[in-house]
Amino acid sequence: MAERILSVENLKVDIPVASGMLHAVQGVSFKVDRGETLCIVGESGCGKSLTSLAIMDLLPSKAARTADKLELDNKNVLDIPEDQMADIRGNLMGMIFQEPMTSLNPAYTIGNQLEEALMRHRNVNRNEARDRAVFLLEKVGITAARSRLRQYPHQLSGGLRQRVMIAMTLMCGPDLIIADEPTTALDVTIQAQILLLLAELQKEFDMGLILITHDLGVVARVADRVCVMYAGQVVEQGSAKQVFEDPTHPYTQGLLECIPIPGKTERGSHLGSIPGIVPSLVGDMNCCHFAERCPHASDPCRAEPVGLRQGFTEAHDYRCLLTPEQCADNLKQKVPA
Amino acid sequence: MLFYALKRFGVAILVALSVSVVTFSLLHVSGDPAAAMAGESASEEDIEYVRKHYGFDRPLPVQYADWAYRAMHGDFGQSIYLKRAVSGILAERAPTTMILGALALSFALILAIPLGVLAAMFPNTMIDRFALTIAVVGQALPSFFFALIMIIVFGVWLRWLPISGHSSWLNFIMPSIALGYYATPAIMRLTRAGMMDVMSSDYIRTARAKGLKPRVVLFKHALRNAIIPVVSLSAVQLGFMLGGSIVIEAIFSLNGRGSLAWQSIQRSDFEVMQAIVLTIATFYILLTFLADLLNAFLDPRIRVS
Amino acid sequence: MANGTVAEKLPSAQAILEPSPTSLMLKRVFGHAGMTIGGGVLLSIFLVAVLAPLLAPHDPFSQDLTKRFVDPIWGAKGTWEHVLGTDGFGRDYLSRMMFGAQTSLLIGFSAMLISGILGTALGVAAGYFGGRVDMIITFIITTRLAMPVILVALVVVALIGSSLTIVIWVLGLLIWDRFAVVMRATTQQVRAMDYVAAAKALGCSTLRIILTEIMPNIVNALIVVATLEVAHAVLLEAALSFLGLGVQPPTPSWGLMVSEGKGMMFFKAWVIAIPGTALFMLVLCINLLGDGIRDVTAPENRN
Repeated sequence: MAERILSVENLKVDIPVASGMLHAVQGVSFKVDRGETLCIVGESGCGKSLTSLAIMDLLPSKAARTADKLELDNKNVLDIPEDQMADIRGNLMGMIFQEPMTSLNPAYTIGNQLEEALMRHRNVNRNEARDRAVFLLEKVGITAARSRLRQYPHQLSGGLRQRVMIAMTLMCGPDLIIADEPTTALDVTIQAQILLLLAELQKEFDMGLILITHDLGVVARVADRVCVMYAGQVVEQGSAKQVFEDPTHPYTQGLLECIPIPGKTERGSHLGSIPGIVPSLVGDMNCCHFAERCPHASDPCRAEPVGLRQGFTEAHDYRCLLTPEQCADNLKQKVPA
Repeated sequence: MLFYALKRFGVAILVALSVSVVTFSLLHVSGDPAAAMAGESASEEDIEYVRKHYGFDRPLPVQYADWAYRAMHGDFGQSIYLKRAVSGILAERAPTTMILGALALSFALILAIPLGVLAAMFPNTMIDRFALTIAVVGQALPSFFFALIMIIVFGVWLRWLPISGHSSWLNFIMPSIALGYYATPAIMRLTRAGMMDVMSSDYIRTARAKGLKPRVVLFKHALRNAIIPVVSLSAVQLGFMLGGSIVIEAIFSLNGRGSLAWQSIQRSDFEVMQAIVLTIATFYILLTFLADLLNAFLDPRIRVS
Repeated sequence: MANGTVAEKLPSAQAILEPSPTSLMLKRVFGHAGMTIGGGVLLSIFLVAVLAPLLAPHDPFSQDLTKRFVDPIWGAKGTWEHVLGTDGFGRDYLSRMMFGAQTSLLIGFSAMLISGILGTALGVAAGYFGGRVDMIITFIITTRLAMPVILVALVVVALIGSSLTIVIWVLGLLIWDRFAVVMRATTQQVRAMDYVAAAKALGCSTLRIILTEIMPNIVNALIVVATLEVAHAVLLEAALSFLGLGVQPPTPSWGLMVSEGKGMMFFKAWVIAIPGTALFMLVLCINLLGDGIRDVTAPENRN
């Protein structure tokens, strides 16, 4: 029933660096439906931001992007001419970035920047664009919207600027919004507000939402589906319920141990940590990327690359040599007595 | 913003005052106005007479105060050589230098800004190297040599342009280029650096994410921000050009303030020299002041609140 | 800072210290060859200048009016006796060029030394002491910047009379502004460092702090500006001599040689082309060397 908004299959991003070729994103696949929130989770450097930039085709010029399939609204957007891509950006799909303080042009009023987003893609005059801008500013919770239009970005706080960014992304009524850590740079109290806002807007405008974050707390609040990335690969993917209640991949299990989950974590128990550091992605790694740090790693893990396999349900994948039952056992052992 | 402007204006006046003091002292310490006025064949007594008659025997501060008082009323004294009011001569000669300066700056901007933008857009390509080569050459080539070469090539070999005089606008082409190219490297470098800086900024990424056309991203968003420091630099460079035009005007026989300065130097015409240095300094100060205002105006972060 | 508005109006030290197009370009194309080539050619010019009395085939001052404006070796009637021809007084051009190198380098370095000492003293004082001292010195710098250098130099030289020494001193006392600006900015940066605070806490005297903590850390910037100012002084002297108010004839100076050759330039372009190109090469090499030093000591990494 749900309409497929985005299909990504085997997305790869390679960046040439001084010491060789950095395989920043290695064969990432996922789908987003209308009305669904997909959270891409992972630590810094796992490739989640580059994945989002790759979808929008906003990668730095040195980076090379390949994929087997990249479809928006069931239309191919892979290897299409740049001018066609520019017609799609800001129109059918939009993006919200992490740093609201620097994401708006300091030389123009926010009204100007909002209006141009619409006027670029639709045949409207400035007054119509202005009305839409006011409408959306009010939707994102900004009062006195019409007079705000004449203000400059530096006159607004970080939280307000991020709201403006959200409104700007909505100007053309896109089908998909990618939010790359939209709340990381904001106060904790504002974070909650912005996330709630995104969730509301998604429902109201019936869009697909990809939320990229390293904060599992955020994921718990808003995700329908979760995609866990580690070292350039997807290591686990499934419904939020599945991933949180029965994390299968050792990395996911480790992640969830690191944070206190209200209701699950017992008072006074130790929070876990994952020893070791992220491996370098330069050159080829012919083994499981997590093997160095995995408490359950064995020789086969270090011998060959590991592929995705089905987990407990059809919509659940993970990347490990262990069976789902073995992983579940591992999890049970970790739960303190 | 108003307070800011007033404060800057006050400082500007003080600087102008200091320049006049320094120049006055330099002139009167380096040379003898009485001897200059009396002429080459004057005797000791003649010089002494001139000295007493024109008050050159008074203490320097008194002489300066007198000059300053008159200057504030627009009276810059009399030219020893031309026997006319200096202010009148200056007013006559000023337009030529202004035109020369404006044309020189225009040339520098027309050459430097597009090159800087292109070099920033296509780093490490032939365009970038070409731009950098022009900058390298511009910084090392002596202006008088460049002027002479141009005269030989364009005036004599190709016969495209007139060599001297000021009968038509064609006369201004070579002098403008000779005067302006020295500012090109600095402006180009600043544009290039500014554009590269701006192009990698977050708001440009946002502009692209909105699907804006490349030309819009480049001009409306990027250049608009990158150009702010270039405006200031251009004003300062114009100030330098107005002060440094003496060599060019001498070579091309242009009747501007620079050649007036040259003539008065050769004739030890004190009043004219003093007045010219002060006027040029005042212009420079005015231009930097204007540059500040423009800077503040162009950047909403300064202009608003 | 109390003196915010005035101080802000100084040219940006960063702009002067940032890698110039020259260094960026050459880094891409040749690695550090720019510095090597520039330094190498500069060294040759320096050696030629120093050894001119030994290398020059003729006495640069001896005239021979029967051999005026003889063509250089590539001309129709050129001979090996006068490889670069002769000037309007029959003096050997090659010899004059060699001795002219002496003039340019001597004036360039001397003026740089004078302006360097003056400018550095002012800049370090302003940067280290801040407050009132900074305000006053910045005001002095702004005043100097408002004065047209060439004009003032011409005026003073015209009145006092021109000679090698006077030119050196006039230039030296005029072009110290870039030293002051850059040293001031660099000193401010260094002063904010912890090791300076530590030295102060130990009770070191001001002079000692300046000499042992501040100076070593601003030396890199100082060298960069020093090379730029040598080039600046060379160009200024050339312009002064060209106008007749620099080095006086018969002393050979490249600027003067261009001026002396002006009359013949329509017929024998080489008369001005040779000294003019030499000036260009000299300044170019100094700039390349300076950029190379700037590259190697890399203040660009501070950005």
